[in-house]
Amino acid sequence: MSDFAELRLDGVRRRFGGRDALAGLSLTIRRGEFIALLGPSGCGKSTALNCLAGLLPLSEGSIWQDDARLDTLPPERRGFGMVFQNYALFPHLSVRKNIAFGLQMRRLPRDEVRRRTDEAIRLVRLEEHARKLPGQLSGGQQQRVAIARAVVLEPSLVLMDEPLSNLDAKLRLEMRTEIRRLHQTLGLTTVYVTHDQEEALSLADRLVVLRDGHVEQIGTPQELHNRPVNRHVADFMGYRNLLPMTVTAVDGERVTVGNGAGISLSGIAVGAPAEGDAVIAGIRPEDLHVGTAGLPATVEVVEYQGRELAVEARTADGVVLHLRAVTRPEPGDTITVTAAPDRVLVFPDGTS
Amino acid sequence: MTPRPIETVPPPARLAWRHRLAERGIDRHLALLVPAMACVLALFVYPFAYGIGLSFQPEQGGVFGAYRAFFADAYQRDTLGTTLGLALPAALLNVAASVPIAYRMRGRFRGKRLLTTILVVPITLGTVLTAEGLLNYLGPAGWFNRALTSLGLIDAPLRLTNNYTGVFLSLVITGFPFAFLLILSYLSGIDPTLERAAATLGARPWQRFRRITLPLLAPGLATTFCLTFVLAFSVFPSAILVGDPAGETRVISIAAYHAAWEVYDYPLGSAIAVIMGVAELVVVGVVLGLRSLLYTGSTGGKG
Amino acid sequence: MGRRRIVATPGAWLIWGAVTFFLVNLAGVIGAVLVNSVGSRWFDTWLPEEWTTRWYATAWTDFGLFQVLIVTLEVAVLVVSISVLVGVPASYVLARRSFPGHRLVYLLFLLPILMPPITYGIPLATVLYKFGFAGHLSGVVLANLVPSIPFVILTMTPFIEQIDPAVERAARMCGARTWQIFARILAPLLIPGILAASILVLVRTVGMFELTFLTAGPDSQTLVVALYYSMSAAGIRAQQSVDAMAVIYTATMLVLLVTALRFVNPTQLVARVREEPD
Repeated sequence: MSDFAELRLDGVRRRFGGRDALAGLSLTIRRGEFIALLGPSGCGKSTALNCLAGLLPLSEGSIWQDDARLDTLPPERRGFGMVFQNYALFPHLSVRKNIAFGLQMRRLPRDEVRRRTDEAIRLVRLEEHARKLPGQLSGGQQQRVAIARAVVLEPSLVLMDEPLSNLDAKLRLEMRTEIRRLHQTLGLTTVYVTHDQEEALSLADRLVVLRDGHVEQIGTPQELHNRPVNRHVADFMGYRNLLPMTVTAVDGERVTVGNGAGISLSGIAVGAPAEGDAVIAGIRPEDLHVGTAGLPATVEVVEYQGRELAVEARTADGVVLHLRAVTRPEPGDTITVTAAPDRVLVFPDGTS
Repeated sequence: MTPRPIETVPPPARLAWRHRLAERGIDRHLALLVPAMACVLALFVYPFAYGIGLSFQPEQGGVFGAYRAFFADAYQRDTLGTTLGLALPAALLNVAASVPIAYRMRGRFRGKRLLTTILVVPITLGTVLTAEGLLNYLGPAGWFNRALTSLGLIDAPLRLTNNYTGVFLSLVITGFPFAFLLILSYLSGIDPTLERAAATLGARPWQRFRRITLPLLAPGLATTFCLTFVLAFSVFPSAILVGDPAGETRVISIAAYHAAWEVYDYPLGSAIAVIMGVAELVVVGVVLGLRSLLYTGSTGGKG
Repeated sequence: MGRRRIVATPGAWLIWGAVTFFLVNLAGVIGAVLVNSVGSRWFDTWLPEEWTTRWYATAWTDFGLFQVLIVTLEVAVLVVSISVLVGVPASYVLARRSFPGHRLVYLLFLLPILMPPITYGIPLATVLYKFGFAGHLSGVVLANLVPSIPFVILTMTPFIEQIDPAVERAARMCGARTWQIFARILAPLLIPGILAASILVLVRTVGMFELTFLTAGPDSQTLVVALYYSMSAAGIRAQQSVDAMAVIYTATMLVLLVTALRFVNPTQLVARVREEPD
């Protein structure tokens, strides 16, 4: 079953009450790939996952595993494994029985069930807890059971629906490493849904950014991080400063933009803006620094963030800037802000 | 990886239909509903419709003959007033008395489980046994009159059974615990931190009850009133046993039973049952209508 | 400040007084029956002058109580099993699915609980007589199903709702078919709910007077109906033997009640009317 080359989604679409929850997702997943579906809540990423799993029927489109059509099969016959956001462990079955459940459903011989269950328990390091009920486990342990239950079947595809969102910050980092480790050991093809860009960037081979049911961008973590295709993806990828500007000069890929009130920046154009176009300049806070020459601004809020300080400052004409500083400014101080030119991205001002 | 040519095989028509029905929540799982629906339709809806049909086919007097017979005869007509005269005050008293008591007991205290258990007893015993007990206990030589006499409060025994009082008391004995337990469960569904929040804002105990708890409880009170009223409205065995079934506690269920099962005038019996149902639904409808004007959202608690 | 108030407020006194008064009278009502059933020659005194158990023997033979208890048991077991078998699947669909007409169906199941039994009991009994069911055990069982099935549905709904739907989806993703989900996941998780619903229906069926009264024949009376007949025919039998029967009924109900309270919350015995889902 898991001996396949690729999984293909062809124009998968799902409507809810006349509205598109997912409008035409086409994606080819290669075997062994780790794909993250990323987007804010309500963007259609969970819909996409449930359509893939077979828990939601498609309104249009089809899903293929090589030459076999999958979207007409019920979920139990697709051979996928799934990890749910709230784990969805069977509360009346012990850890071992939870993990063995799927193998028993496949009517595998008793010896094989035992062997593979043992293996999976060892894999997620729950040997001491195998006889406990899910209610007696911590959140992280429950999540490991849920993962073991999904991977023990050696599914052709593992679906993960925000599996870390119910864990506290420290545990989330640990489990992230754990999931990455499991993926590297088992090489299982995985589709992972999350709203946390950091999580997606650190885990995935490729990311799919969704917004309002539409695909905004598909690419590797580097591509998304360095070259978001539009302001929405940029916003999601941590470009907190999105400043409305007008193009004043174009020089190939390099453009100079200004807001007509003293701010002037040069950056790299996304698309092909012409002089006079309204654009958005996107800059990450870590690419804005306190310098000697540049834009004057008044410090309003300072947050301590370990090695750096996060600063919110306002320019004379009221534009709010987010930046990082190494030395502590005081609220009310006037600072000058500079940006590295090759770190500024200029997007067309698409209002959509 | 070049995309393959998209095979535009439309799903078979039958599948598409099923698909579209499933979108709206109609699939084969609904078959699980069928046995229960069949039972309710065959044993509740059909007999009711049959009864309504029967009530319009009296032996004499035309289509509305049975209804006219009921309303023309004062002896029959008054049963409606008698029933309401018993059920409304009893339901009101049960709800009104339950509120302060349940409010006082909403927290935890020792013996709460025991108290609620004791209060369940009269509900489960039912009206027949309560009637028997009331006859013994409130009778002229019963413990109640004996206690009052020996305390010197009365000279002659009070007449408490075989009249309105007896039936009313039987309705209180079974109805009060019912109302109390329901209201208690509604109250425990209201987040106690709301009152504490009100206290930090300077509300005194009465204000906290009046401004916070009572408005959140009000929909529950309306529901409780309806259910208690339905219980009291259907008073039947106790009206016969501890009441005065030929006179002041001749309630409408007695009239219906009498017409259908003793005179064998099924149309009249059905007509009275229909009138009874309508009267009950009118009261419940009015109360629930008023209830819909109230805030009925989350009460922040576990309920 | 500091120490807790020990002296209660007048309001508290009033409330505890009212509760005590109610409980004392309740004890009186039940106690009067109990004492009368084991006494003889009780006229103008606090307690009977002599104590005896012969009224129980009299009641047992005079009212054919063995037969009555068997009938009560048969009716109760049949009603409980049928209403659970029919009601649980229906309540699953109502709790989990939304479909056109959901509210209407829900209301339809709510009505038999909201209506006084006499109102639908009379036409129901007429129909059951027409088809030859009434006067027999089958008629009594059928009539008692009317409030019992909705009651099972309403009682089960919260139990079903508290099972995370993701658990069912997870089972499906593990390869379980629908019937396997029911048998291996839902049934074990619903056992507490089914137990609670069964015991509640049992209590209500044994205590149900009106519907049984309207549909029972001489051979199909349950305990509570037999008790009513013996009471309304007072004067023929000694009052004490009627009371003995009442005590037997009370004891039966109390046994059921104590069993019930091991499984359910007292408020569940009262009613299970949820707000209609929006």
